Amino acid sequence: MGLALLAIIWLITLVSTYFFAAKTWWLPHGASASAQWIDGQFALTYALMGIVFLAAQLLLGYVVWKYRDRPGAEKVEYSHGNTKLEIIWTVLTAVLFIGLNLMGGRVWAAERFAPAQANAIPVEVTGMQFAWYFRYPGPDGRYGATSPKLVDPSSGNEAAVGLDTSDPASKDDVVTGTMYLPLNRQVDLTLKAQDVIHSFFVPSFRFKQDAVPGLAIKMHFTPIELGDYEIACAELCGLGHYKMHGMVHVVSQEDFDKWLAAREAEKQ
Amino acid sequence: MATTAHVHAHAAPQGFIRKYVFSLDHKVIGLQYYFLALTAVFIGMFLSLLMRVHMIWPNAVLPLVGDIKPETYLQLMTMHGTIMVFFVLTTAPQGGFGNYFLPIQIGAPDMAFPVLNMLSFWTTFVAFVVILAAFFATGGAPLHGWTGYAPLSALKNSGPGEQLGADLWITSIAIFCLASLMGALNFITTVLDLRAKGMTMMRMPLTCWAWFVTAVLGLLAFGVLLSAGILLLLDRNLGTSFYVPLVIVNGQVMAHKGGSPLLWQHLFWFFGHPEVYIAILPGMGVASQVLSTFSRKPIFGYKAMVYAIMAIGILGFVVWGHHMFMSGMSPYSAFAFSIMTMCIGVPSAIKTFNWLGTIYKGRVRFKTPMLYAIGFVSLFVSGGLSGPFLAQPVLDIPLHDTAFVPAHFHLIMGVAAIFGIFAATYYWFPKMFGRMMNETWGRIHFFTTLVGTYAIFMPMHWLGMAGQPRRYSQFTEVAYLKHLMPLNTFITYAAIITIAAQFIFLINLFWSMFKGPKASDNPWESTTLEWTTATPPPHDNFGGVTPVVNHGPYEYSVPGAAKDYVMQTDPA
Repeated sequence: MGLALLAIIWLITLVSTYFFAAKTWWLPHGASASAQWIDGQFALTYALMGIVFLAAQLLLGYVVWKYRDRPGAEKVEYSHGNTKLEIIWTVLTAVLFIGLNLMGGRVWAAERFAPAQANAIPVEVTGMQFAWYFRYPGPDGRYGATSPKLVDPSSGNEAAVGLDTSDPASKDDVVTGTMYLPLNRQVDLTLKAQDVIHSFFVPSFRFKQDAVPGLAIKMHFTPIELGDYEIACAELCGLGHYKMHGMVHVVSQEDFDKWLAAREAEKQ
Repeated sequence: MATTAHVHAHAAPQGFIRKYVFSLDHKVIGLQYYFLALTAVFIGMFLSLLMRVHMIWPNAVLPLVGDIKPETYLQLMTMHGTIMVFFVLTTAPQGGFGNYFLPIQIGAPDMAFPVLNMLSFWTTFVAFVVILAAFFATGGAPLHGWTGYAPLSALKNSGPGEQLGADLWITSIAIFCLASLMGALNFITTVLDLRAKGMTMMRMPLTCWAWFVTAVLGLLAFGVLLSAGILLLLDRNLGTSFYVPLVIVNGQVMAHKGGSPLLWQHLFWFFGHPEVYIAILPGMGVASQVLSTFSRKPIFGYKAMVYAIMAIGILGFVVWGHHMFMSGMSPYSAFAFSIMTMCIGVPSAIKTFNWLGTIYKGRVRFKTPMLYAIGFVSLFVSGGLSGPFLAQPVLDIPLHDTAFVPAHFHLIMGVAAIFGIFAATYYWFPKMFGRMMNETWGRIHFFTTLVGTYAIFMPMHWLGMAGQPRRYSQFTEVAYLKHLMPLNTFITYAAIITIAAQFIFLINLFWSMFKGPKASDNPWESTTLEWTTATPPPHDNFGGVTPVVNHGPYEYSVPGAAKDYVMQTDPA
């Protein structure tokens, strides 16, 4: 029985470790400025926890086999523990866990403590059951007023977020169902939700933030690769949660300007 | 202490109703809790089976539920989580085994307040009936998940099941909170007041320490959830706005304004995180007890184990914000919550080291309870090590609300806690029913369950890393999820096999209850007080004798002793 237990525990451990190490399934390709820092912290945590996992499981399998009850087994060591050992492993674990945490803290601070740069492109994201809308403030750089009474979710354009057209600042606001972003320029994001909580999750950007009704949450990130990226809602929002999907197109600044101008013209 | 004990003694009841239904005997109440949890776990498991099947074969028509729609999936998921967390993981280890064995292990004739004890079980039973009623409500069960985030849970038009079903759901939880508060008071008082002569706090078995600290956690946490639940009921039915700001649902401006969705999350997780320890601490206690007994060796670092339980209990109350790193909470407070969460890993690691230290240079007897205790340690390590990922706010950016999270908490508070319950069942079955369970079937059950649960939950980490959000009923709408389908299919097959294997346990349990070989009073050659009394124990636990304790709880292989174990009541 000891041998069977050793075999099963080791087998589970080694098979798991193989798939973890082979990276058969891994984080999606990173396409934002912070991806490499987040992935670096992930890889470090992964390696350290992997070593602890291997060591603990292999040791567990070994000791249950080695110290199995059998004729001629060694005498049990009568011991209530070892204070010195307790102190050593308490300190070691504390250093490992808290050290890891402080390192990760630096990345977090860089991500979330500073406000967006002055030249960042402002985009307002609004989540509702079960779609995302993106608002660009247009040439004046100011978002126009909105009103709950004007919200028409079926419109698919400016009325979806209840844009108040009587406000001069709203004249040049553009609302779309697909997100366009210029390459290598920071995005100054404002996240809102109309009905329940949604979460704006773009795996390739290593970006996730809940959009909460009643709050306007400010965030920023910088896309660094051209391409199309998927948005998946990551907070349970109702029966259509699984299909609350959106797209981000990262294009050159030139193409972005063209696209925005075309949308402005379309609106007139 | 022995002098106060007789006050709580009561005469053995006569008649079926007083003896088995409205019983004041903590042993009967313990079994009632156990069988309630057993019913609940099979219901919860069946719901998870339907979910797994729906993910892979969305068009399959299933027994009892028929055609599963996306919202049906979310309703199954909500009920699975709620039933498992409250009526299994909170009910079996504490209400079941705690009730049955805490008084015996400390040498008391019963709990401090037997009537309160009966009341807390029957209140739990009412809560269970109410939660099951949600299935039959118009619109069905709620779909807002076991965490019930507002405003989804606070509005009646946010989705199917959010009408009467959601009211029943939160009402059931509120009733459950009341029951748990009564139980917690009883446990705490019993430990503090009813210990036998010589049973100092530092001579208590680690199971008793775990039940005691769990009760303290319950007392502090369930009160908060009860209040939060009442506020939710008010928001839903009386037009208040504790959790709901101005919202527009499907173009309709709702009458609420000014509430805070994050308030619900703070209150819920202030309960929710200690709840994790409410589920797992008793399992840790059982693992310690069983590992020491079957290694024939004193527990390694008893004092360190006690301090670790206390540290986990205290730290458990200051880490709730780690569930909210992506919620819109201040990024500065994430720092504090993150550090405290990493700190809680330290006492958890101490416990693991000490379990390994207990086996080291012992003489391991591979009885089924021991297999489950070893499995517990393995699962505790595996589930625990994904904690330091999720505890770092920066890694929550890719991992929060992905399949990585269910992988983590299922391994540690789900499966590890269940392994604790299995270890306890196989270990104490002889004392509770006077018969032995079948060892061969116990082993088969153990190995299939160990391999099966790893096969289910290890791959979920990879799904989460690849970005698969949790609580998705289908993976057809998001292109990058499609290549993960083979892994999802594998998990479903593993789940079907593992669930099937649980019937081995069920049959073994009931067959052994009536047909198993008769058990002696101390079949495992254990040292604690429950093994000094008759099997099953008499109504007052010790047959009119008041035990006197002379030894610590885990005196195995004492040099110079006649046997390889010294009972706690053996002469000094």
